[in-house]
Amino acid sequence: MFGKRKPAPIEPLSASSHDEAPKPLVGADAEKRSPIGLDYMSYEQLEEFGNELDTVRRRVLDDLGQTDADYIRRVIKVQRAFEVLGRIGLFFPFFWPVFVAGIALLALAKILENMEIGHNVMHGQYDWMNDPMVDGKRYEWDIVAPAQDWKHGHNYVHHTYTNIHGMDRDIGYNLFRIDKDQPWYPSHRFNLPLAFGLMLVFEWGVMYHGVELDEYLAGRLPKDEFQARKKRALRKIGRQLLKDYLLFPALTLPLVPFTSWWVPLAVLGGNAIANVIRNIWAFNVIFCGHFPADVETFAKEDAENETRGQWYLRQLLGSANISGSRLFHLLTGNLSHQIEHHLFPDIPARRYPEVARDVRRLVEKYGLQYNTGRLSKQLLSVARQLATLAVRPDDPYQRGNSPESKALRRARRERQAA
Amino acid sequence: MHACSLSEEAAISVIRRLLGSRAVAALTSPHSVDHYLEYLHPMLTVALVRARVVEVIRDTAQASTVVLRPNGAWDGFAAGQHVQFGVEVDGTRRIRCFSVSSSAARADGTFSVSVKAHPDGYVSQFVHRDLRPGTIVRLSQAGGEFVLPARVPDDLLLLSGGSGITPLMSMLRTLRDTGHRGRVTFLHYARSRADEMFTAELDQLAGAEFAHLHRVYTREPGRGGELTGRFTPEHLERLGVDPAATLGYVCGPAGLIATVRDTYERLGAGAMLRTEHFKVPAVDTDAADATGALTFDESDVVVDNDGGTILRQAEAAGLRPDFGCRMGVCNTCAVKKNHGAVRHVISGDVSANTDETIKICVNVPVGDVSMAL
Ligand SMILES: Cc1cc2nc3c(=O)[nH]c(=O)nc-3n(C[C@H](O)[C@H](O)[C@H](O)COP(=O)(O)OP(=O)(O)OC[C@H]3O[C@@H](n4cnc5c(N)ncnc54)[C@H](O)[C@@H]3O)c2cc1C
Ligand code: FES
Repeated sequence: MFGKRKPAPIEPLSASSHDEAPKPLVGADAEKRSPIGLDYMSYEQLEEFGNELDTVRRRVLDDLGQTDADYIRRVIKVQRAFEVLGRIGLFFPFFWPVFVAGIALLALAKILENMEIGHNVMHGQYDWMNDPMVDGKRYEWDIVAPAQDWKHGHNYVHHTYTNIHGMDRDIGYNLFRIDKDQPWYPSHRFNLPLAFGLMLVFEWGVMYHGVELDEYLAGRLPKDEFQARKKRALRKIGRQLLKDYLLFPALTLPLVPFTSWWVPLAVLGGNAIANVIRNIWAFNVIFCGHFPADVETFAKEDAENETRGQWYLRQLLGSANISGSRLFHLLTGNLSHQIEHHLFPDIPARRYPEVARDVRRLVEKYGLQYNTGRLSKQLLSVARQLATLAVRPDDPYQRGNSPESKALRRARRERQAA
Repeated sequence: MHACSLSEEAAISVIRRLLGSRAVAALTSPHSVDHYLEYLHPMLTVALVRARVVEVIRDTAQASTVVLRPNGAWDGFAAGQHVQFGVEVDGTRRIRCFSVSSSAARADGTFSVSVKAHPDGYVSQFVHRDLRPGTIVRLSQAGGEFVLPARVPDDLLLLSGGSGITPLMSMLRTLRDTGHRGRVTFLHYARSRADEMFTAELDQLAGAEFAHLHRVYTREPGRGGELTGRFTPEHLERLGVDPAATLGYVCGPAGLIATVRDTYERLGAGAMLRTEHFKVPAVDTDAADATGALTFDESDVVVDNDGGTILRQAEAAGLRPDFGCRMGVCNTCAVKKNHGAVRHVISGDVSANTDETIKICVNVPVGDVSMAL
């Protein structure tokens, strides 16, 4: 009786011709069409490309069920077990094999929690389960960055405006020059050492990025919103520090009389090392997902009025995969399938390998680029990119602080004001 | 039941309190302690109410009673209250509201809900046909204002139709078990005797001192007592119930509740009536897009569905829901839909589940929809 009837026809929707379009991407001139992807295919083909991907998405969503639910619960179970065992191991610093195993397990637990569980759950990949434990809106992860602000910067800004200059704040995180279309500034000379530093403290970078101090200083973020972000970040930092660096070390105080005075300090150190291991891992996976040399970036003007097919294509061209074993994929939270993740951010990540087969078929059909490679290859490409782009370009228009660039910006501002 | 000694129970309660403490929460932060305990065993949770199905009893061809043994997180219930009852089917938790039907004075640590299977209903059919003993269900604490007052008056009217009997059955059983002295009029309308829930127990209670039971079989005029047909004010007169002097409880089809309410109000006794609606959502996927009402439950706002996305309609109604991409990518706008059907503007899929999370930027209501906004 119900559900079988054909739904009434609905307007075909593109990413721009409806209310659901990313607002700022609707150009002033509604007639102008976005040129994204015209190098590869015609507008008709772009439309078809979008439809084909929609079909893939539909097929996977329709197929979600108990196995996906069981999978994420199993991952969570393993993660919890690692975490508890790791924390227990850390209580034995006077017996170093157990202590080291404890650090390794805790680091693994944090990696799993942040990547395969936290990141994916917060994308809403498991909302269909209607289980409050894996609800994208409610989930909070084990990292100093508060979920709410990370979701805004990541799920919304980064995943919608992927690799659009001036919109995706994840292009070089306002810190690096990672794309030749970014203007060069003298600070970019330190691209590589800065990246190395960020790698060690990555969770703090993510937190800082989410507070959006730069947006506030540029006048694009209202003061009360900025204050609220700061407050949330401080509260989360407090909780994380309290747990990792005060409470768990303090729990070993009763052991001190029987062992040694430095045992709580060792626990503290073990926590710090586990956090840093997680930082290094997450940093590497994420940098390899967007910053290898061949990944494309886009100008805002070009992305205006893009269709759904073009939006998909932009995601595909703007991401890079890392190949590896199943365990490797799990530890990256399946972000090694960055391309599939960007096409379908809300499909459970364990389905990306399956989706990848369809994506590759389409890539072949339309003669597109599919950027993939081993971790070492992608890392090398990122490092080379960081190193090359650190060098002061000869072209004054590529340098942000050259008189020529300044004049250009002034002219643009005046044009806008007029 | 499990024979727990007092000291054992006290110890368990201390452990529960400890696990639920702020100190433990600081250690498990950002997760709750239940995020860990649940994976040890789903019944071990401290704050989340879980229950094991002890038995599923077929009451009629269309109704079943589920006997549940809740875990220690359960705070108990008052007769007449209901619980949010969640079962997981194919990976998705489906939650529906069911009234407790058992006596609040039951001492064996179990309670029950009774469910009438709706022809196209997902959960009620599942419970009736497929729910097996041993299954763990997810519950809320009991809630609802449809309860007896602290001091129970002597005279009461408990009036129900169809599956609306469940909360009143709980009241009747509780009054029996607590030795109520007074005059309880229990008036129930069922289509037929075969359709009636709790028949055997009601038969048994027929001679009870504290209650007068009257059962009306609307489609079998010969079989019930002296009353026939649907409820009319005369029925109360015939039974000698004076609405002005009798606290009344009514639950059942909306039409029945409305008639009883009218009767009470006409006699100026509106304050003496308590009602409970089961609100089984009606979904009409055939409705042209822009029909029905869009209700924002938390803001208490109702608007006429204009066919736009729920996000846009909410904004037009002055609400400020969260949003990001407005194109179904970022999940910022995800909100629980309490009931009703929506159509996804990109895929065209209709989803009519009660209690599911949807992205409001890419869904338009089809007919009546209510949102947790
Ligand atoms: C306070 C309260 C107490 C309650 N107590 C009880 C109780 O004690 N006992 C009891 O039996 N019930 C009780 N209910 C009702 C119960 O909560 C459910 O609403 C009822 O069991 C139906 O649930 P369901 O899952 O079977 O139906 P649902 O799946 O929710 O369907 C509801 C209706 O929508 C229609 N529908 C479903 N899917 C679709 C679709 N894809 N397209 C179009 N139409 C569709 C169906 O025809 C059905 O009639 C109570 C409700 C409330 C609010
Ligand atoms: S606003 Fe991004 S999914 Fe709805």
